[in-house]
Amino acid sequence: MIRYKYNETNKKGFGDFAGKLSAQFLTSIFRSMLRIRRIEEAIEQEYPKDQMKTPIHLVIGQEATTVGVCAALEKSDFVLCTHRTHGPYLAKGGDLDAFFAELYCKATGCVGSRGGSMHLLDKDAGVAGSSAIVGGSTPIGTGMALSARMQKEDRVTVVFLGDAATEEGAVWESLNFAALKKLPVIYVCENNFYSVCSPISARQPAGIEIYKKAESFGLQAEKVDGSNALEVYRAAKRAKQRALDGRGPTFIESVAYRWRGHGGAGDDSASGYRDGDEVGLWQKHCPVETFYDYLLDADIINKSGREKMETDIRSEIEKSIEFAIDSPEPREADLYTHLYSE
Amino acid sequence: MPWAEALIKSKVKEAKEADGRILSYSEAIREALTLALELDPKTFLLGQGVNDPVGMFGVTTDLYKKFGEERVFDTPLSEEGLTGICVGAAMTGLRPIYLHNRPDFLLCAFNQIVNHAAKVSWSDAGKSKAPMVIWAAIGRGWGGGSQHSQAIQGLLMNAPGLKIIMPSTPYDAKGLMLSAIADNNPVLIFEHRWMMKNKGVVPEGIYNVPIGKGIYRRKGDNLTIVGTSQILDVALNAVDRLSEDGVTADVIDLRTLKPIDEEIIIESVGKTGKLLVLDTGWTTGGVCAEIGCLVAEKAYHSLKAPIRRIALPDLPHPAGAALESYFYPDEKKITKAIKEMSEE
Repeated sequence: MIRYKYNETNKKGFGDFAGKLSAQFLTSIFRSMLRIRRIEEAIEQEYPKDQMKTPIHLVIGQEATTVGVCAALEKSDFVLCTHRTHGPYLAKGGDLDAFFAELYCKATGCVGSRGGSMHLLDKDAGVAGSSAIVGGSTPIGTGMALSARMQKEDRVTVVFLGDAATEEGAVWESLNFAALKKLPVIYVCENNFYSVCSPISARQPAGIEIYKKAESFGLQAEKVDGSNALEVYRAAKRAKQRALDGRGPTFIESVAYRWRGHGGAGDDSASGYRDGDEVGLWQKHCPVETFYDYLLDADIINKSGREKMETDIRSEIEKSIEFAIDSPEPREADLYTHLYSE
Repeated sequence: MPWAEALIKSKVKEAKEADGRILSYSEAIREALTLALELDPKTFLLGQGVNDPVGMFGVTTDLYKKFGEERVFDTPLSEEGLTGICVGAAMTGLRPIYLHNRPDFLLCAFNQIVNHAAKVSWSDAGKSKAPMVIWAAIGRGWGGGSQHSQAIQGLLMNAPGLKIIMPSTPYDAKGLMLSAIADNNPVLIFEHRWMMKNKGVVPEGIYNVPIGKGIYRRKGDNLTIVGTSQILDVALNAVDRLSEDGVTADVIDLRTLKPIDEEIIIESVGKTGKLLVLDTGWTTGGVCAEIGCLVAEKAYHSLKAPIRRIALPDLPHPAGAALESYFYPDEKKITKAIKEMSEE
């Protein structure tokens, strides 16, 4: 039984959003999505070797949201996210060596193996935090936005959250406060219909849209096609301008689909919580390949250009995995440091 | 609540020493907050009722007039959300001080206190810190009941990464508030309503009371009494009366519960051989349990008698004078325990 289909009626093409964006910029968006896709596939391939002893939550199928949003941000802007960390971390420019080392739980990981995949951090790149508690990073990101405003910094804070996070009370406490204080924060809700194995129909009333709830709290709110990186980009750009102009927070609901299971490698639809055909339907609207087709058609990219990208990306991934595997494990004494900050 | 007011007034202690400037407990805290806000532009105050002229025990009165409403602001009733907001602000260079009328409301915020604030420094491998203060005043009296009277330090003493302070004098209330604000970690401060009008010597300006260090309030030989906050006040009355009968005790005011001053406790038990632990929270699995176990582990050979604890019965807090009189340990109960222990 197919529950959730890609919305064909509201579908807009990439051309609607391309405007005067340069070929270089458009290509960089494609490359970023392709890179994330290949990294996630590489992780999936290595995972059964049981050397990455950490739960993973892949973003395959959902790349356009984080890439589209991060394309609108500066390095100095912050992103925070939930357990599905790979997209925001990689799209924002987080270090790949530190990424793989953390997945392999080595001392050279971005947090020295203290968090694994669910707690990625790269402050230099503006990957400011993550929380494995659904809804946990929403108040924290809101506080970072308050901080930027109070210290008069020209920084926007983006909080990535999922559809289920909008069932947590503290998320609405944050939105209320952000609207009250007109904070420079953007909430990006990736609605992929499933919270682990629970469909949204079991969790939220039918016909009540998430972004409209945010709108009723006083935020600028809109819904975008999360398979269209450019539509996401345009919404994020508007939201950023709004934030910097002091006009307050924005809530962007980005509708996309998780091709793999909630966690781990592979698609677990066979267990029965969703119809495998539903996955197939969404795969026809692959955010990476549909964008590639558009760029190919517009003569912005060509096959050999893509092949070079694939080769470079593959090489980058191999090097990082090698770095991670060769890295030392943490020592026992490392466990005890930094409980308190001096 | 006029009856509660009268109850608190009847507990007021006048300072014994007259030299040195005298302030009330709440005035001392207000002075600490004022100094911090003046000294450090990164500090800010928030809480439900901070801008209420008669709110927050007078601790925040008119501060918004002096420092502006961006730095001293009233809040929505969103304890969890706002605690997380404080975490984010603290992680990015600010020093929030979040005040609550009572600790009971912090139970709404445990997700952000324990799952997030407490873990910032460790989880980010030292790359981040969360310098923030969460302050609340334990309720008691006139029908407060089970959800308006709780002292939750026992619940939080268990969580690594937090610091917990419970002052008992105006001097320490000011000094420890300043230390808490200066500390780069999440610090919880639990005051007690019944001490807010107590008066004591409070020096002007900035002075330091170290976090994690207890202090002897009395010196004696028969036993060691360890506690904090308002129950320590009660114990001191008991000890002072018993001194007329020749019973004396080391009375240690820990001032900080986490990290705990093990040294002062072990030193004193080494001398007296007997330990009575007091706490304003529940008995089972609480502060007394931790201190008792600590002494059993590290000062076993000093002990001449079983460790005793006086805390609240393992029951929800009642309302009404009669039930409260059976529930809360009083001077009589503490006196009885001290007498028995001195004769063991």
